[in-house]
Amino acid sequence: MELLAENQNATSTEEIQVVVFKLGQEEYAVDILSVQEINKLLRVTRVPKAPYCIEGVINLRGNVIPLINLHKRFGLGKLEKTEETRIIVFEYQDIRAGIIVDEVTEVSRLKVTDIEQASRVYGSLDADFISGVGKMDGRLIILLNLAKLLEI
Amino acid sequence: MNMDMSQYLDLFLDESREHVDNMNQKLLELEKKPDDLSVLNEIFRSAHTLKGMSSTMGFDDMADLTHHMENVLDDLKEGELSADTFTVDVLFRCLDRLQLMLDNIREGGSGGINSSDLVDLLDQIRNRELVEEKETGVQHAAAIAEPVSPEALEPEPSEPPIVPDMNEYELAVIREAFARQLNVFYIKVLVDPDCLMKQVRAFMVFKALEEDGDVIKSDPPAQELDEGRYGEGFEVILVSKAEEDDIRSRLEQISEIRVADIQKLNAGAFYTAPPSVKTGQVTTTESSKQPTKDSDIAGDSGPTQERVQKIRQTVRVDIQRLDNLMNLVGELVINKGRLEQIGQSQKITELNETIEQIDRITTDLQNEVMKVRMVPIKQVFNRFPRMVRDLAHELEKEVNFILEGEETELDRTVIDEIGDPLMHLLRNAIDHGLEIPEERVALGKPRIGLVKLSARHEGNNVFIEVIDDGKGISVQDIKRKALEKGMITPKESEQMDADSAISLLFRPGFSTAENVTDVSGRGVGLDVVKSKIESLNGDISVEFQPGKGTIFRIRLPLTLAIIQALLVGVGDETYAIPLGSVDETTMLSRDEIKLVQNQEVVLLRGSVLPLARLHQLLQVPKEQGADDSVYVVVVRKGDKRTGLVCDNLIGQQDIVIKSLGKLLSGIGGLAGATILGDGQVALILDVGTLF
Repeated sequence: MELLAENQNATSTEEIQVVVFKLGQEEYAVDILSVQEINKLLRVTRVPKAPYCIEGVINLRGNVIPLINLHKRFGLGKLEKTEETRIIVFEYQDIRAGIIVDEVTEVSRLKVTDIEQASRVYGSLDADFISGVGKMDGRLIILLNLAKLLEI
Repeated sequence: MNMDMSQYLDLFLDESREHVDNMNQKLLELEKKPDDLSVLNEIFRSAHTLKGMSSTMGFDDMADLTHHMENVLDDLKEGELSADTFTVDVLFRCLDRLQLMLDNIREGGSGGINSSDLVDLLDQIRNRELVEEKETGVQHAAAIAEPVSPEALEPEPSEPPIVPDMNEYELAVIREAFARQLNVFYIKVLVDPDCLMKQVRAFMVFKALEEDGDVIKSDPPAQELDEGRYGEGFEVILVSKAEEDDIRSRLEQISEIRVADIQKLNAGAFYTAPPSVKTGQVTTTESSKQPTKDSDIAGDSGPTQERVQKIRQTVRVDIQRLDNLMNLVGELVINKGRLEQIGQSQKITELNETIEQIDRITTDLQNEVMKVRMVPIKQVFNRFPRMVRDLAHELEKEVNFILEGEETELDRTVIDEIGDPLMHLLRNAIDHGLEIPEERVALGKPRIGLVKLSARHEGNNVFIEVIDDGKGISVQDIKRKALEKGMITPKESEQMDADSAISLLFRPGFSTAENVTDVSGRGVGLDVVKSKIESLNGDISVEFQPGKGTIFRIRLPLTLAIIQALLVGVGDETYAIPLGSVDETTMLSRDEIKLVQNQEVVLLRGSVLPLARLHQLLQVPKEQGADDSVYVVVVRKGDKRTGLVCDNLIGQQDIVIKSLGKLLSGIGGLAGATILGDGQVALILDVGTLF
């Protein structure tokens, strides 16, 4: 919701920059301001007894960071680790974490007026993680709410 | 508050906190010895300094409150009031209020808390006594009767004069000056901490002062000032024709210099002060007192090294920086580990020699950084006397509270965490441990109960004990209580030995207090204390004798950041077990493992050792190999030993503990993570919660 609330008073020309990535066949995006870095998948250490959707922890230049497996989180089938697999590291309120995505496709601009509020589009349980759906050249891109992702 | 002041805010907060702590302590002493003038003087000085600092910083409410406190303290000092319980109580409440104000200021507020209630009480104390002792002589008469207190000669109670350490000659010069109707000033100037050429500033100050006067004494001595060898500022005694305002404005024109204090000194102090004053009574603030004494000694001792040590020059460092430094050392240790691995595989003699050197240097560096992070446990202990006093009052018990080993040092991360558990144990000791005075007398014990808090070093650990001579605990009581609460069955109760019964104390939901009081028994029990201490990699045990008392003993590691650990392999994964909880390691053949009531055990040197398989505990996906032999790490959890079965032992190593972060906090069995030499993350097992 964060994203939308911020953008409600925006004028029609205002844009946000987003990182667009793929999970399975779907296209998602996060606000670039919340992204710290994008990295290749590093060696993951499994954490026993961790919540189901936590893939494990990685060593990101001396910091231990948990990785969230969005495939598990969204029930998108098994995560296949390929050459294109990336992690997107973000920080929200002192919590640093990474999400594993199948491919990072582009960084692009999205007009605020092109974002539909999530509740109008989605009716499912997952609506919480989604702050909106953006329309970009005829494609539909799901905008993720990273803060909600951290509430495991 | 103007802009220039904000940069002094941290200093102000630090110093104020020290003064409030100090007053708390001294007030406790005063309560025991109401006539002790030296204690009173110290409280008064702290109050005075606080007043000065807070008004300089523009915290008016604080200045107002301390001003009123000072008035009462002054009356106490003059003997016009007596330090009875009511007065001390009110003063304690004032200190609490000051603490609140400081907290508020720290959080960015203005410290603006209305304290008229306390001010009224303070005034009431003064008026009450005034009515009672209306006919007491004028202040001066009373003051002269107090030979140890040169401050008493000052007619204005709010302004204690400064009579620094002076020799006969200097005193003579001052008396001469008074005779010639010249003014004598005590001036304290502070120099901007960022100032690069301190000697120049000192020179300019002297030049300004000596335009129409003479500096007859300075502290540190003039020679050291000329060389720029002084701390945050210096103090001088000036004989001058000029008036205070002239001097002040002249000094304030010098950049990077701030006038902390100018006081016109009173002739009386120099004539009537008894000779003993010369050595001891330096009535400036704490910070200036130290250099005064030391610089005199330093004046004739040559080597700089010695001088530095004597002046004990210190730097205030942001804690964050220390943490960063520790992190960097941690990185270094990790990379050292990596180098060692390379060294082992490459077998180049020169490389190995270099690695050994680096190993030594890193170890030294690590120790040094750890020492820097060490703080005396006094910081935590200091707040307890006050709490014990209040609690004893509340519960109508009489307590003799003894602190021991306050100088014992611990890593500051531990210090930050240990306060609450100790507070809890002390509350327990006073509330549940100690009997009420009448009962004690009836039992033939001394009326006043003893509660002792002690700390000491032992190897790489610090032991903290909370000891009371109260009624102790009985195993029967524990069992009965546990039965009532349904924590154990009657059958278990019969079979249970003393040790397991005692361990019930630390289980959630257990409280032996007969009636729930305001103080303890609110559901937060020893289990919380235990888990807190275990989260610090320590442990807690209890010893008691019914009717004689109880001892709670806490063991804590010196530091939390870097520990020694044993690395073990389980399937494809590597885990670290803190060496502190490892007793021994051994190799067993499979057929030595027996089943007793579905529990795998092994007979190790005649005693039965239960086994736990790390594969199962950690849900390792890869099946355990079918080798004939397994490795067992024998760990200690409390008094129990358990063998952890793993696939192989990798070795012993220094590891740097990293937090798993908020997202993964609270997972049982894990104490954190560490980064191995090859960059891989390994999880650190927490033996206490693993099984």
